[in-house]
Amino acid sequence: MVVDTEKDLASGNPTGLWSWITTVDHKRIGLLYGASALIFFFVAGLEALLLRLQLTTPNGTILSADAYNQLFTMHGLTMLLVVVMPVAAAFMNYFIPLHIGARDVAFPRANAFSYWLFLFSVVMLLSSFLLGGAPDGGWFGYAPLSTQLEEFVRMDYYAIGAQLLGIASITASANFIATVFTMRAPGMTLMRMPVFTWMAVVVSFLLIFSLPIFGVGLFQMFFDRNFGGQFFGGTGDPLLWQHLFWLFGHPEVYVLVLPAMGIVSEIFPTFSRKPLFGYPFVVFSGIAIGFMGFGVWAHHMYTAGLGPVAEAGFGVATMMIAVPTGVKIFNWIGTMWGGKVKFTLPMMFAIGFVSLFVIGGLSGVLHSVVPSDYQQHDSYFVVAHFHYVLFGGGVFGYVAGAYYWYPKWTGRMLDEKLGQWHFWLMLLGFNLTFAPMHILGLNGMARRTYRYPEGLGWEFWNQVATVGSFIIGISFLFFAWNLIKSRKDGRVAGNDPWDGRTLEWSISSPPPVHNFDEIPVVQHVDDFWYRKYATDDEGRAVRIPDVTGGTIAAETDTGGEDAHEEDMHMPSPSYYPVVSAFGIVFMGYGLVYLPGGWVAVGIGTLITMWGVFGWSLEPVTRDADHD
Amino acid sequence: MVFVIVQTAIIYVIIRFRARKGDDTEPVQSHGNTKLEILWTIIPVVILASIGYPIVKGIFDIRAIADGPDVLQVQVTGHQWWWEFEYIDLTDETGRTLVTANELVIPEDVEVNLTMTSADVIHSFWVPILAGKRDVVPNRVSNMTLIADSATPPDAPHPGQCAEYCGLAHADIRLKVHVRTQADFDAWVDGQLTPAAIPTTETEASGYETFNITCAACHNATVAEDGGTTDLGPVRAIEVDGVTFISSLAPNLTNFGERTTFGAGTFDNTAEHLAEWLADPSSIKPMRPELNDIPEGRILGMPNFNLSSDEISNLIALLEGWD
Repeated sequence: MVVDTEKDLASGNPTGLWSWITTVDHKRIGLLYGASALIFFFVAGLEALLLRLQLTTPNGTILSADAYNQLFTMHGLTMLLVVVMPVAAAFMNYFIPLHIGARDVAFPRANAFSYWLFLFSVVMLLSSFLLGGAPDGGWFGYAPLSTQLEEFVRMDYYAIGAQLLGIASITASANFIATVFTMRAPGMTLMRMPVFTWMAVVVSFLLIFSLPIFGVGLFQMFFDRNFGGQFFGGTGDPLLWQHLFWLFGHPEVYVLVLPAMGIVSEIFPTFSRKPLFGYPFVVFSGIAIGFMGFGVWAHHMYTAGLGPVAEAGFGVATMMIAVPTGVKIFNWIGTMWGGKVKFTLPMMFAIGFVSLFVIGGLSGVLHSVVPSDYQQHDSYFVVAHFHYVLFGGGVFGYVAGAYYWYPKWTGRMLDEKLGQWHFWLMLLGFNLTFAPMHILGLNGMARRTYRYPEGLGWEFWNQVATVGSFIIGISFLFFAWNLIKSRKDGRVAGNDPWDGRTLEWSISSPPPVHNFDEIPVVQHVDDFWYRKYATDDEGRAVRIPDVTGGTIAAETDTGGEDAHEEDMHMPSPSYYPVVSAFGIVFMGYGLVYLPGGWVAVGIGTLITMWGVFGWSLEPVTRDADHD
Repeated sequence: MVFVIVQTAIIYVIIRFRARKGDDTEPVQSHGNTKLEILWTIIPVVILASIGYPIVKGIFDIRAIADGPDVLQVQVTGHQWWWEFEYIDLTDETGRTLVTANELVIPEDVEVNLTMTSADVIHSFWVPILAGKRDVVPNRVSNMTLIADSATPPDAPHPGQCAEYCGLAHADIRLKVHVRTQADFDAWVDGQLTPAAIPTTETEASGYETFNITCAACHNATVAEDGGTTDLGPVRAIEVDGVTFISSLAPNLTNFGERTTFGAGTFDNTAEHLAEWLADPSSIKPMRPELNDIPEGRILGMPNFNLSSDEISNLIALLEGWD
């Protein structure tokens, strides 16, 4: 995403490429995350389309088995770690400070470091396609297959690349937690925070607790591959890797979907013109999902032979996750109930999210029925299930968020007509692609197979799925074009185009670099709404006449004792985060190509040390030297 | 059912409560209802608990290991990328067990207990028509029960497929399960335990020579000789958790001619397909023979031995004659 020059000059933002590289502004970092994730989304989509082309006919010959295996591995890795997590990070970066009335995140330079480490790690992972082959052991990297072929560096790219992405995510999560716990505006108690920010907190904790487990597993895999370790292969236990992986991998599913649930929890109240139904229940069901997410990892391992006691326990625990999820869905319906539902684009995608997520959730309950999972496991039924959850749920939710907040990012509205095309094509294409996979799975088609024989009755539904996948691809071309075109041609949004409820709508679009001229004092959930509306005797909202939404900060008597612009301490730009991240990824490349790579590890270490020293010695704020 | 109810509720809500043109009134600002919240928490819990009991019972039933004199015991070893079966209770006079590959033959109405392990990476044994899948894990023993009874569709052989991603040729590690009447099964067992004699016709004898020079480095096959039997190739075994599994370098080719497929259930067993295979195996099934290390027991596929077309046709004559 490019800077809009006039606007940035007007808001005192420096411009140019260098200013983006050295930026520590949470909004810019958010946009960088979003733009990168969108580009990688098209990469992952391309990978998926190639996979679908190969499967259109039995005994397909478009891809070799080797290429197919690399592509499905990278499709999973890219979508989960490189698209959906960063797109969630984009929303969190941009909106956590705005939602809680803060001027930036707690550690702005660490925030920049997270982004650059993420970006460089992804470049490293994708570069493996050109440097001897991409990871081909599945995104789940089951040992001992993943530790078997030491001749190839492919799974070393996986072990190091995923490790570095994990470091970037842990840093970002710690940053978000610190921000939410220490930088909330006066009166912004935890139970007044927007649900999106709540879900961001839950997700950050999930990542902080789950990623280190994955990290340990990845190090063990790396040792097995390079230093003769026997953790999983040799005399080791292959199931140990599965436990470590799914102890991360299952919470990861909630990491991907909870922010989307947070987003639609913002959208439903706005376009129903009612508060969120049962706010505390929505928040606590999100926390409950997070907790329970750590207790169900072995439902990915029902066929691995854990024994009937473990299988029964995990089966029942898994079923129970449906309960808090159901609570959220009922509350969203309760929010619309009795409201004035406006079919704006964000609202359409949000309703799509709920509908498709229910389908994915129900097939999820079927998996928790262990005896039936013995059949469904690793069949296309599972592929259908998690695409309904992660694409029908996750991606629809994030796209809803993009339509909802685009005006805040750019000051302009997305085009309605293009958006309608996007929504209907995506809905159609999505269901054409993934609904048939339920049937294929129940008919015995196994996942991750690059070809299938004729005569098993799988041809027709595979063709339908391929057609559907291309319709999804086309729908996203509409989206991309819309994002580009509307930046210049879109209708000017103003501060508060949706008559919003939360603090980000009280400031200009795009927001000034310091976000809030005066830090707001918060008295309600949805504080901004209550500055615009009172309630009459029947409980209906009544507009408060003299406040016109948007210029609010100047008119309310909220931030009297707060700092004014002249003594605001905004962090200064810094290139040390980029240097540190670059050095670490340099080390990563070295580790992939051991033993010769030790040289690169050494050089990378020096670069990282330069970055870290420079970082710790430079002054923090623009005017710190004058203080 | 649940989907229909929830989806109906969503559609009802978005139609009933849509913003109508010319209606500028604001909705009542309700914040929630604790009774409703409790209700829609408890109802799903009750529904789930009620399906929970049969599920738990089902798990224990399926996971029970079949045992007893009437149970057919078969040991399964998963390989990249083929299946090896050993009928441990079926032996000839010398004590040699019945070993075959990729096509499992079972009698109808008899419980079959599969005792499984893997020689390399994780595989998963899956014949959808007969049972759910079960992972086949190196360093571990797993069990599953198969039975083909009146509830099983009669159109055997039933196709199966490895269900755990096991590397390059994961799509081509398939298998077939043949279901026979008890009498036919007994006849099949007799046939398997009575191997072919050393061939005497010119083509087959020439093929036999090639087999001994080239194929027998990895493939075993049993032939009748001097009133007894002889193994032409290596016989290897691994021990996992106190159970001894046969773990050959390549599929046992005794009585190969009567199998309906080869290449782990991937190709129909015809002279034409065999000729393609023998000319360059990796061209029709993806494998990595260049990484083979026979002393270490690491086999990732059959190399191209650059056989001449005569050698190929003689070998085919030999193999198809073994039935």
